[in-house]
Amino acid sequence: MSIASTNRMTPYLFLAPAGLVLAFALFYPICYMIYASFLDWNPSQRIGEAEFVGLRNYFKLFGDDAFRESMGVTLKFAAVVVTIEMFLGVGLALLLDRNIRGMSVLRTLFILPMMIAPIVVGLMWRYMYHPTVGIFNKTLKSWGFDGIPWLSDGSWAFASVVIADVWQWTPFIFILSLAALQSLPASAIEASKIDGASDWQQIIYIKLPLMLPVLIVTLLLRLIDSFKVLEVILVMTNGGPGLSTEILSLRINRTASEFRELGEAAAMSNLLLIVLLILTFTMFIYNKAQDARAARLRAVEEEA
Amino acid sequence: MSTQTYDRQNPAFYALLIALVVMAIGPIYLMLTTSLKLNIDIMSDSSSLLFMPTLRNYETALCDFLWYEPEHLRRCDPTFGRALTNSLIIGLISTAITLIIGTMAAYALVRFRFMGRDVVSIWTLMMRMVPPAVLLVPVFGIWTFQFGIDGSRGGIILVYVALNLPFVIWILQSFIVQVPIQLEEAARMDGAGPFQVFFLVVLPLIKPGIAAASIFTFRVAWNEFLLANALADRNSRTVPVTIVNSLTEFDIDWGVIMATGMLLAIPPIIFTFVASRQIITGMTAGAVKG
Repeated sequence: MSIASTNRMTPYLFLAPAGLVLAFALFYPICYMIYASFLDWNPSQRIGEAEFVGLRNYFKLFGDDAFRESMGVTLKFAAVVVTIEMFLGVGLALLLDRNIRGMSVLRTLFILPMMIAPIVVGLMWRYMYHPTVGIFNKTLKSWGFDGIPWLSDGSWAFASVVIADVWQWTPFIFILSLAALQSLPASAIEASKIDGASDWQQIIYIKLPLMLPVLIVTLLLRLIDSFKVLEVILVMTNGGPGLSTEILSLRINRTASEFRELGEAAAMSNLLLIVLLILTFTMFIYNKAQDARAARLRAVEEEA
Repeated sequence: MSTQTYDRQNPAFYALLIALVVMAIGPIYLMLTTSLKLNIDIMSDSSSLLFMPTLRNYETALCDFLWYEPEHLRRCDPTFGRALTNSLIIGLISTAITLIIGTMAAYALVRFRFMGRDVVSIWTLMMRMVPPAVLLVPVFGIWTFQFGIDGSRGGIILVYVALNLPFVIWILQSFIVQVPIQLEEAARMDGAGPFQVFFLVVLPLIKPGIAAASIFTFRVAWNEFLLANALADRNSRTVPVTIVNSLTEFDIDWGVIMATGMLLAIPPIIFTFVASRQIITGMTAGAVKG
């Protein structure tokens, strides 16, 4: 390539500002955190004054019931939320993949919940779940039922948090699967129609398998994001009642700011990071494999 | 568009559509109406459809910026007004910086072949998944003890730039790849240097990508709570931080808090209506065509 040879330094000049910022404000903090997880450190100390305690923070975490419970809540939350959202999102996409008026308006309305601040989403749901002024209990009472303790009972609170997240993020999966559906080759679907496939057969044997690569990437993206959820739950329940909705990011926040155990919070962050790292790597490798497969198919086609 | 024909669907289908729309925007509508109500109306058991809309809650929240003094207020609390200014400054500046250095980096990654390009791509992708909660401890420690920029807007801007860069680079790459290399070569023949090629040829061509990236970046900076909460002091608090601080266990002033929530939600809502195409492109760019 002629461009590269004209000026060897140019690419580095273009990369330098971003590289510097990333190195100082993202990469360095992460290394710092890995180091801090081996320290007994509270916020009033400089890091140099903190005592090196080896793996003690990690042992303490694994022996800590509260941490294990919050890890369990995090995994349960991610699993439940992603499963529901995948079914609803893909289902709606299959249902609404039609040539109808106003589809773009519909999509616009659907992305609203994702765009507004998580803090505000939490606020809206907390208001709706409110025992006396909230719309759910008001409606239930006007129909003559008892109110439901949406946010004050452990299992209801978990369900409430899941509902809010499903409301906020199902559109994400819907939009990605709709885009996938609309980029499917029309010839395959028409061929199946001519062969007499019913709507269900089309969905199960043609559409879903063809969408699968996109669906898997979507699933992984959503899974990664579901470990990042924090603000919505913070505003709605702040992890309570008890520890029933205390997901890991909330626990990190509390360990750092309330219990003032920075070392332990860093160890927790590390564990969260490892989970996310595995997920991201899975996605990366899957993407590479897909690309390789596409390239191979193309090569075969060209030979033919 | 108007000449396009649409398939007819059965009525149940339209009923479902309406139900979906109500579910999607119902909570937002509720927040809007609550913010327009007096507390007596919020607390009352009667139908919530009939009430006198009032701007009083907004007056309370924005009293700092008003040219007149709202008569229902005894004392103006400037907290929210200050937070709004902070949020705007932090959001706009961090978006501008992120985009400038992000496009340059993305361009270098796409166009130049040099050692370590693959490594850089993998790193950008990996950095993308770092949640703010993970950065909480180290950023607090480093910003306070080493950089000495805690409690300032600059400190918060720096975190947001770092947090957004990987995503911006990643998404802009997919747009820059589509710019035909022949255009750049032609410009080069005419004697343009690499920076001229970049700013005068490439940038104008990837405007849609930049629009999408800037919306996503601004949104993160505008909505983020956790790191702002850890870094900000009284004078640099952003809107999400003040909202969470004003949430107490009991006796929440729902009218005012919904008004502040609405004010925080308005910019993203406007973006959504103005640029939904770009947002959807941005969202699907990664997954549908990696």
